[in-house]
Amino acid sequence: MSSSNKSNNAFSPLEQHLLNDYQRDMTLSATPYADIAEQLGVAEEDVLQSIKSLQERGVISRVGPVFRPNRIGVSTLAAMAVPEKDLECVARIVSAFPEVNHNYERDHEYNLWFVVTASSAEHLDIVLYEIEQHAEYPLMSLPMLDDYFIDLGFKLKWAN
Amino acid sequence: MSSAELNNHVVQLTTEDRALIKAVERGLPIVSRPYEAIAKQLNITEQDVISRLQQLIDNGAIKRYGVVVRHKELGYTANGMVVWNVPDDQVDELGTCIGKYDCVTLSYRRPRRLPDWSYNLFTMVHGSDRDEVTRKVAEIVESCGLQNIEHTILFSTRRFKQRGASYTEKSVPAQTAINDQSAKLRLVK
Repeated sequence: MSSSNKSNNAFSPLEQHLLNDYQRDMTLSATPYADIAEQLGVAEEDVLQSIKSLQERGVISRVGPVFRPNRIGVSTLAAMAVPEKDLECVARIVSAFPEVNHNYERDHEYNLWFVVTASSAEHLDIVLYEIEQHAEYPLMSLPMLDDYFIDLGFKLKWAN
Repeated sequence: MSSAELNNHVVQLTTEDRALIKAVERGLPIVSRPYEAIAKQLNITEQDVISRLQQLIDNGAIKRYGVVVRHKELGYTANGMVVWNVPDDQVDELGTCIGKYDCVTLSYRRPRRLPDWSYNLFTMVHGSDRDEVTRKVAEIVESCGLQNIEHTILFSTRRFKQRGASYTEKSVPAQTAINDQSAKLRLVK
């Protein structure tokens, strides 16, 4: 099964390679971008410029490590059921916590879903408590118990 | 509600590791020698930076190393969090089956919170629109044999915040409370 992509025309062949082929196993050499350039037969400067451009356009959030959940810190998925009239305000309160990294509205009775990451379980409990206090709605915490996903990066399919 | 059970898997980090994680968690500098730039900032050698990152990969703290893409900006504008109410003895098998699909980026078992919340398997399915996500979910139901498993799709309607997790930042209330706690502990001792 494949995923189709509508905006493939927006990306040069070099950008498509960077997006597709380097989501994992980037070399830990002193000059990682020169290594990529050599593999793709382009100049290092082109790789640096393309990555900066993709970052400015918001297509890539960063280049670097993705940490495994609950190894160097602890995290949980939290949900709240917030009346529509208060949602914007509560979402802003939630997003203001530096420990919150993702915060989405979803179409369900539980309509606000966010990920909270902290340095320890104690720190996490304090933040969850503080969020509840400030948001004034009860919070449901659903920490990950098992991870069944082998993260190989996201396969992008370019329409021809 | 306590998160204490989460501490079981936490890798013990040195102060140096924490400083390094803080320097890289928002991404590497896009310069010819990114590790040299980080090394200068931390006052250690370039080789130290590289070998410590290698250790974090080897001990499983880092699961992936490379370009981190944002799905929405790539045209995958619909993402459906698909939640399933799976009998406990089938979660491992079905979670693994669903996790293998290209359009899936997460497959986690999470606790039920009865009576409010009965779904225990969470998967994230991406597509260019809602119809595509719905079609993909139907394919997954068919091929993993989930016809009798209750599920629902929670589509995202607004993104309020999306960035990489920070393992080093603390909000002011959390910092204050943590400091208070350790102060109390010192008093008890």
